[in-house]
Amino acid sequence: MNSREKILSAIRSLSLEPKTLPDIPNFSNSGNLVERFTQSISDNKGEVVTKSEFDAWFSAAGFSKVISLSSQFAELATLPLPEDPHDLESLEVAILDGQFGVAENGAIWLEDTQLGLRALPFATEHLVIVLDRNLLENTMHQGYEKIATAHSGFGLFLAGPSKTADIEQSLVIGAQGARSLRVVLV
Amino acid sequence: MSHPENAAEFLKDAQKSKWHDETLWFVRDKRDKVSKRIPEWEQLRELASGIKDNVLANLANYLEEFERKATKNGIIVHWAADSEEHNRLVLEILQKHNCTAVVKSKSILTEECHLNPYLEKQGIEVVDTDLGERIVQFLNQPPSHIVLPAIHLKKKEISELFHEKLQTEKGNEDPAYLTQAARVHLREKFFGAKVAITGVNFGIAETGEFVVCTNEGNADMGVHLADVHIACMGIEKILPRRKDLGVFLRLLARSATGQPITNYNSHFRSPSPGKEIHIILVDNGRTAQLAREKFRNSLKCIRCGACMNTCPIYRRSGGFSYNSTVPGPIGSILSPGLDLKKHSSLPFASTLCGSCTDVCPVKINIHEQLYEWRQEVTKTQGDFAKGLSMKLANGIFKSPLAYKISGSLMRNVLKSLPNSLIYHPLNVWGKNRNLPDAPKESFQQWYQKNRS
Repeated sequence: MNSREKILSAIRSLSLEPKTLPDIPNFSNSGNLVERFTQSISDNKGEVVTKSEFDAWFSAAGFSKVISLSSQFAELATLPLPEDPHDLESLEVAILDGQFGVAENGAIWLEDTQLGLRALPFATEHLVIVLDRNLLENTMHQGYEKIATAHSGFGLFLAGPSKTADIEQSLVIGAQGARSLRVVLV
Repeated sequence: MSHPENAAEFLKDAQKSKWHDETLWFVRDKRDKVSKRIPEWEQLRELASGIKDNVLANLANYLEEFERKATKNGIIVHWAADSEEHNRLVLEILQKHNCTAVVKSKSILTEECHLNPYLEKQGIEVVDTDLGERIVQFLNQPPSHIVLPAIHLKKKEISELFHEKLQTEKGNEDPAYLTQAARVHLREKFFGAKVAITGVNFGIAETGEFVVCTNEGNADMGVHLADVHIACMGIEKILPRRKDLGVFLRLLARSATGQPITNYNSHFRSPSPGKEIHIILVDNGRTAQLAREKFRNSLKCIRCGACMNTCPIYRRSGGFSYNSTVPGPIGSILSPGLDLKKHSSLPFASTLCGSCTDVCPVKINIHEQLYEWRQEVTKTQGDFAKGLSMKLANGIFKSPLAYKISGSLMRNVLKSLPNSLIYHPLNVWGKNRNLPDAPKESFQQWYQKNRS
């Protein structure tokens, strides 16, 4: 008997009494979605900005290596999306469109179609996500309802920049992945 | 060494152990604050526990469904009965790809299987990429906490370590500076690795996808740059439906560190073109635990570490005192199932205060199971001294005369007995504890004088 059969038959030999799978109520909270989303992103050490705030930051910084997959900011790209993710090593900014955001925790849903390369939002120095303010959901329950049947090889709830508190619980932003997250609400 | 012996060692550095205690309590406090912002928090715990009940009762079917869907998605599914088989499967995949260096993100399962030493013996370099795990790996230590692997270390120690390993400035203890040095070091490893290993937080039967949560983004940095992703998953990590993630992701990070969610929650369904995803489904004692009715619930654990942060014993004895891959209250009910003799002191490393049970996001009755394990331990290895004193007490409490005489005897004798006799090694309760002063009279005498 191989291990697969061994494991499955060990489980089946117990003939455990079935237990009903509970239904999940559609929990949702009251309150202004944009305000709560903005607060959540800020708690996660990201920043929600307006288009003009973004423009000011971007032009002042003078980045030279920028990939933009966002239709609204296509003209900011200085580099095309490479074929090999290893070419992202010195990328300064990635600009992506988010599908929707979740107000309770700031999580933004992204799939292969928005990412181009799966490594992109992690490998870049700074990450910018463009999000329609009308596409905010209340809690994760509504979020998963929205993507229930969506099929993507890779999907990601991204809620902030790379961070760690592994040295004496001191919070440091920019561990291994992106050092900053800006969400442009449009 | 037993838990009390290891704990005594940890407590020698009084200042550090106080810091450890307070820091973990701070994390527990954050968990309280953030959970209280969710009105349906208790309902979510109830739901999570109910979903896991359903999973454990129907595990074989869910595993088969997961395998079927994952395979259809292009993921290669393997099964491992024990840690040896798990390690061998990982090695075979590495050898097939002529890979001699891997990056690995946090996985308690691979710690449980002792994968690192196994691969290193085969000449493969393993780089743990979670910052805390990299720190303890540099020190040749296991993690002391499942979520905060280096919580037993002070920044001075990390600064000295990084000076030696990463050539940072001597004496620079700034966490931001040290993290930056680790970032440069680890990014070099990510960009050079062909194979990446990760753990799994949740596997979804309905879709055949699995979810990995991190704050550092290290799991994703590894797997998206590598050609091959190996995910190692305990068979109990299955959830039936995608929407169940809504419940579990709301609970996990809030319980673990008091954040509303981890910053990266990656859903792996099929490999990028030209790449491979392998998943290894591991038993290693889980079906045996499933068979133990009283302890079955322990398999609901989602490894958030909340029970450790709240435990008065864990906070004051440190993760290493448990000498178990998963330390703390949950480790003390999981590990005896793997090796009762080795871990026999763990069910006693608890005050049975029940705080672990109160914070557990999947409502495992941890303190009750600790009590149950104590019965199992005593059945196999009785405690002579305690047995004797209990028999003695039984005789005294049965006879009113004996009770009366012994009471007055103790009141007089305690005053004059030498400490060496009271704090005898056989009396473990005398360690670090002082007896109260003996009262002058018994309650009965007091009552007769004042109330009769």
